[in-house]
Amino acid sequence: MQRREFLTATGGIVTALGAGALPGLALGQNVAAPIESPYKRLLVLVELKGANDGLNTLVPYADPAYAVLRPTIGVKRDQVLQLSDQFGLHPSLEPLMPLWKNKQLAAIMGLGYPQPNLSHFRSIEIWDTASKSNEYLQEGWLARAFAAVAPPKSFVADGVAVGSGDMGPFANAQRAISISSTDAFLRQSKLADPHGRAYNKALQHILRVEGDAQFAGAQLKPKNDWKTEFPKHAFGEQIKTAMQVVSASSGVAAVRVGLGSFDTHQGQVGTQANLLKQLAEGLVALKAACDELNRWDDTLVLTYCEFGRRAKENASGGTDHGTANVQFAMGGKVNGGLLGAAPSLTQLAGDNFVHATDYRALYSSVLRDWWRLPESAVDSILAGKFSSIPLLRA
Amino acid sequence: MNLSSVAQPRRSLRSRNPYPLYPQWIEIIMRMNHPAKKALIRYLLWVCGSALALLLMASQSEAQMAAPQQVVAPPPSAANTLLQFEDARHLLNRTSFAAQPREILEFTQLTKAQAVDRLLAETRRSAAFPAPEWTTRYERAYRPDMTPEERQAVQRRELVVRGLELKSWWTAEMLSTPTPLTEKMTLFWHNHFATSQQKVRVAQLMYRQNALLRQHALGNFAVLLREISKDPAMLIYLDGAQNRKGAPNENFAREVMELFTLGQGNYTEADIKEVARAFTGWSTDLDTGEFRFRANLHDTGEKVIFGQRGKFNGDDVITMLLKRVETSEFIVGKLWLEMVSPDVDAVEVKRIARTWREANYEIKPMLRALLLSDAFWVSQHRAVLVKSPVELVVGSLRQFQFEVEDAAPFAVIMRQLGQDLFSPPNVKGWPGGEAWLNTTTLLARKGFLNRLFRADEMASAPSTITVATAASLIDRDMMGQRRDRAQARLATVNSNSARASNATNEMMNSPTMAGGGAAMNGVNQQLRGQYYFDSHKWLSQYAKTSEADLLWKTILAGPPVQATSLKYDLAGLRALALDPMYQLK
Repeated sequence: MQRREFLTATGGIVTALGAGALPGLALGQNVAAPIESPYKRLLVLVELKGANDGLNTLVPYADPAYAVLRPTIGVKRDQVLQLSDQFGLHPSLEPLMPLWKNKQLAAIMGLGYPQPNLSHFRSIEIWDTASKSNEYLQEGWLARAFAAVAPPKSFVADGVAVGSGDMGPFANAQRAISISSTDAFLRQSKLADPHGRAYNKALQHILRVEGDAQFAGAQLKPKNDWKTEFPKHAFGEQIKTAMQVVSASSGVAAVRVGLGSFDTHQGQVGTQANLLKQLAEGLVALKAACDELNRWDDTLVLTYCEFGRRAKENASGGTDHGTANVQFAMGGKVNGGLLGAAPSLTQLAGDNFVHATDYRALYSSVLRDWWRLPESAVDSILAGKFSSIPLLRA
Repeated sequence: MNLSSVAQPRRSLRSRNPYPLYPQWIEIIMRMNHPAKKALIRYLLWVCGSALALLLMASQSEAQMAAPQQVVAPPPSAANTLLQFEDARHLLNRTSFAAQPREILEFTQLTKAQAVDRLLAETRRSAAFPAPEWTTRYERAYRPDMTPEERQAVQRRELVVRGLELKSWWTAEMLSTPTPLTEKMTLFWHNHFATSQQKVRVAQLMYRQNALLRQHALGNFAVLLREISKDPAMLIYLDGAQNRKGAPNENFAREVMELFTLGQGNYTEADIKEVARAFTGWSTDLDTGEFRFRANLHDTGEKVIFGQRGKFNGDDVITMLLKRVETSEFIVGKLWLEMVSPDVDAVEVKRIARTWREANYEIKPMLRALLLSDAFWVSQHRAVLVKSPVELVVGSLRQFQFEVEDAAPFAVIMRQLGQDLFSPPNVKGWPGGEAWLNTTTLLARKGFLNRLFRADEMASAPSTITVATAASLIDRDMMGQRRDRAQARLATVNSNSARASNATNEMMNSPTMAGGGAAMNGVNQQLRGQYYFDSHKWLSQYAKTSEADLLWKTILAGPPVQATSLKYDLAGLRALALDPMYQLK
């Protein structure tokens, strides 16, 4: 469905309601109440660029096969942050342990898809567009969600990609923007001008971007009195920018930040430890900022990346591209704990883990359970039925 | 080029100097006690030499060159084989950085084939702009006996100090080269064989790779592919050095097929494993910085690649890759996206790829076929490609003949706009096309262009020029402290400023950019530099034209979308530069 058609349809319904269908109800409501939209619940996506090694992130320390697969780069048993009698976290994730103890952090194990593609670029495209392995889609999965059920037009944008990189899950969305710094954005958006006739595709793209920038520039009002301390590294800056957008605007459905590169073909131990530390510090700041805005209960944070890494470490102290992987969810409503099913360390497909749960089940949980979009919309966005993961507390 | 016939007097600092070839700032440089001095002097000598050479060339060339430089719409061509103004502009802008009006006029005297042949006839194979002094010799950067602090210091030198020197040097080469097609193709191959200094961390090896790409940029692809497979920077970037018998590392094997030759879907996962075995033992000798084949690490066993069985080595694999038609088609398709249109015509690509294979992968005949294809010239393929940040920045500075003292600020700006030379985001290179433009990057582009066309106005207050120069182009919020420090550095040039000397102290304490020993009176050269645009002189080229559209026809790839009632003045130029059409080529 085209976004424009849907807006027209929704607009029609709203007008009908306002015009007299339920005037009493409308009058009875607090005028300042936030817009009733499924998207008042915020989604924050964290891309672990380059593909994080899940096996050394959620460590199956009790499985003897783990030490066989990871004789030199494995996380030592006495360093693992124990979560259960089987699994523990990488020590760099220590700052997240309070969340785990509060049951607001979940690890979703064994995510993947059939006929895995081991190319970074193709596989992240699969994840970003929620496609099958052999299917090429132009629109990101969130772009399709926003096309099916539109966020309020008053939102600063439907989706915001923080940093100037690719648009990822927002690719080809009608109203998604990229911001690397709110201050620069505010100043420069004064130069944006969407008028004029776009007679080819490239011009259409430019004028749309100009329009999005002009609109967002008018909406954003940055918050300068954060009590939250954001980490000084680039990921911390991204979290701060993301929270500026969340705090200072009329609303946003989804924000994407990124950290990397996790592409640790060699010398993995130090690189991954450092990146996971930054990840944990950034996420702790994100939680603090959400608390400060009183939004933690309507925020869902999800990590994602294109694949996990090869079961067995390589001879360079690193890991090559693999398949099934673990991702993390956090938030005030998250059903903390271990979800999904961990892949067997011995029953491999070739050299790789076999996934237990299709990654689109994760998206299904977001669309169906977090945003509560209509069943039919969820099925059409994901082009198929995927049972949800119990990501949220009942 | 000689533009002395232009009537408008110059208003720059130099115009008050009685010796135009010996401007005052040479004095400043001569008094410097700074390692960059030699390079600067060499550069100045080179600039003077080049200017003399160009003057000589101009005086010897045809009448059109000696005549006053005036842009006048050419008469409707009697023999319609000659290029129209728009056609000449189109060819030049797709194959070089934005062309100057005079260059466009020169090409209107040629037919399509003559024009393409002329572009392909004169192409440099090495850079003319002097490279940083340290590029002349190799020295092992990291040694096992170093302390972590020493390693960190070296890494900072390689990545921050020398990294920026390299980016600046290449930017300067692009700004000054007489054959921009060479740089365009060097950049195309840098994007194709994407290698990032962020992983290589040895500036010298990045420099050597760049020289290799330039040497073969318009030479032979088969040779380039063989050389790049043995290139030390590439071997480090794709872990070739880690690829050993019994413990293969698949990184290079996968990318050489997926991204360098065949493209996705033309090989299997099993092929990747076997190709990795074939390349075992290809590594870098860190003491010499050269390729080294380590026979004892090479897997001499039998491999099965693309269904063929044999004791293949890396060279055999490259031969096999060059025999596959997908390789030529994949690369021609990529060039199509770069030079023709965002929609690849598979039939045409196959035809041009066949031409290329028949020419034994010589790049020039392939480019000739591409540039002479109907698709290249049709009107619906005009203004359909998004300029890359390099094309936008270098093109603007070249087209408007900005005088640029130091290219470093512009290298930094290109990074802000999403194209950090020597640091592509990953091995796939920059995504390009519409992906260049999102709200962040489009706004940053417009901010840059808006500031750029204020350069002219600043000249009216010469005492502030040094302060409010290049650093003001660099966006404060996107660069954070780095820009502030650059500003502070520039401020110190005005020695009577108290604020400046405070800033100097601050700057000297900052480790990020100061780069040991690179400070001169507290002024770091790396982000210093003036830029200047003489809009009166530039616009006087149009003094004799009666055609109102000629200004946008020079500057834009199609009619302006927003700019209306354009005047031949600075405001008119700025309006055109801020028009959405300016983003397209």
